Formats: sequence, structure tokens, C-alpha cells
Amino acid sequence: MSHQVVSVKVYAAVFGALLALTITTVAVSKLELGEYNFIAAMTIAVIKATLVVMFFMDVRHATSMTKLFVGAGLFWMTILLVFVLSDYLSRGWIPGLLWL
Amino acid sequence: MADSDTTLAIHEPGLRHHFDDSAQQLDSSTLGMWVFLVTEVMFFGGMFGAYTVYRSMYPEAFASTSHFMNVTIGAINTGVLICSSFTMVLAVRSAQLGQKKALIVFLILTLLLGCVFLGLKYSEYHEKWVDHHIPGPGFQYQDPRYVHQAQILFFLYFAMTGMHAIHMIVGVGLLTTLIVMAARSRFSAAWYTPVEMIGLYWHFVDIVWIFLFPLLYLIGHTK
Repeated sequence: MSHQVVSVKVYAAVFGALLALTITTVAVSKLELGEYNFIAAMTIAVIKATLVVMFFMDVRHATSMTKLFVGAGLFWMTILLVFVLSDYLSRGWIPGLLWL
Repeated sequence: MADSDTTLAIHEPGLRHHFDDSAQQLDSSTLGMWVFLVTEVMFFGGMFGAYTVYRSMYPEAFASTSHFMNVTIGAINTGVLICSSFTMVLAVRSAQLGQKKALIVFLILTLLLGCVFLGLKYSEYHEKWVDHHIPGPGFQYQDPRYVHQAQILFFLYFAMTGMHAIHMIVGVGLLTTLIVMAARSRFSAAWYTPVEMIGLYWHFVDIVWIFLFPLLYLIGHTK
């Protein structure tokens, strides 16, 4: 098998980071930060997901083809959210046009 | 004649004939598994999209529901899933090194942590049932301004955590299969593809929860 065996230390460090980030996200949610509460929560979630994908799912050692597919999945997910929101959030921006 | 016989005999265990070698075979399996996981991203993506739209429409109502979410259980469950991802990754590592006993121990630990998650999830659902927070005719909400809008959040809560729980139950079944296969010595350092693929699935389910936890439990935690 071509896959190199990753040391337990690396996995333990990622595991520790994930637990620390979980505690951080709960702690940050108790602060009054207005809109930044959501931004902070999502930033932490994205960091955690990236750690899991890169280290636990070992995408950093994957073939370029696999990386391309993972990236395509994220890209399509972005299209879904951005296009849907560009519709809902922009409704009513032009008062005269009732159909918008 | 003798020569060709020897070439046929040199054959890595678990290698299918249409692959050049085991490395290529594993890369193909990994790519195939990721294609499946991307379809899963799209599947959950639809629900995350619905959540985003309704939250942008009714931010106050959504924030008010965090009062009735059990953040302690949610946070503990996040920790439990992260622990199970850690034991899963150690199980894959044991498989790579051909350590049968360690592989079985880590798979059983992952399975048990998965069951702990589902048990805690059950107690949370029961809490919602007692509080009349199940969407439908029996739905009751403490803040009269937000009865209908909060119901949308609880509907999304049950749809998203429910689909996640179904994925967990499937994962528990897959892990049981892996434990039986490992006990029957089906895996070796040369072939352990199912362990690695189900590992990818298990981590994916963990990632879904990583996003569900802040979105469903911590929206208006401050209020």
C-alpha cells in the first residue's frame, strides 16, 4: 500500500485541537458580539471541518483527482448557498419594482 | 511454462485483476467513496440551504429557540463524535499496520461512542416531546409572537438531526460488519479498503454534526 502511516502524535494533536475548538465555540456563543457571533461560530466550524478533512480523512495525502472532486463538491455547495441567498436577500431592494 | 506460472502466482492479496497494483486500487476506491460523499454534501446542502433562507427571514424567532435547546447535551455529543472520529482514525492506522487486536478494539470503541451519541440524541428528542416542541398540531411555544416561525426551526431541527441520526445508525451497522470481518481475519496490512472507506463515511457524518451544533444550538445563546 502506498499510503504512509501517520504517527499517533499527529492524530492526537488534531483531536486535541478539535476538542479545544468545540469548547471555544460554546464559550464564544455566550458573549454578546452581534453579527460576529455567527461569523465566529461558522469560522470555527470551517476550521474544524478542514482539520477533519485534511488529517482524519487524509485528503492532504490523496491523489490530485480526489482533491479535485472534494473541491468540486465544496464549489457546488457554495453555488447553492450564494445563488439562493442572492435571490432572497436582494428582494425589495428596488421599491418601485413589485415583481422583484 | 514454469516462468508464466510464477508470474501468475505473484499476486498481492485482495488485488482485483483490472488494477495495476494495490495502490491504484485503493486510490480508485478512495475516489469512488469521495464521489458518494459529495452527493451526500449536496443532499445535506439542500437542508442547510433551507435553514439559511428561513434564518435570514426570521432571525429573532430562530434566536429565541436556542433557549429550549439543550446546549450541554449538544456540546457533549460534539465531543463524543470527535472522540469517535479519533478512535476511527486509530482503527484505520491499526489496519494499515496489520494489528488485528488493536483494530478490533478501536472499532468497538468507535461503535460504543456512536451508540452513546444516539442515546443522548434520544433523550433530547424525548425532552422535545415533553415540551411540545414537535412540529405539528400539538406544537406549543412559550413566546406567542414566534409560534409559527419557531415551528419552522423545530421542523428543520428534526429533519437535519434526524437525517444525521439515520446516517449514524447506518454507520453503527457498517462498524458492526467491520468488527465481524476483522474478527474473521479478513483484513491485512495489504488489504483493508473497507476499514478506510467506512472511516471516510464516519468522519463525514462527524463534519455534518460540526456544522449542525452551532447552527441549531448556539444561534441566540446570549439572550
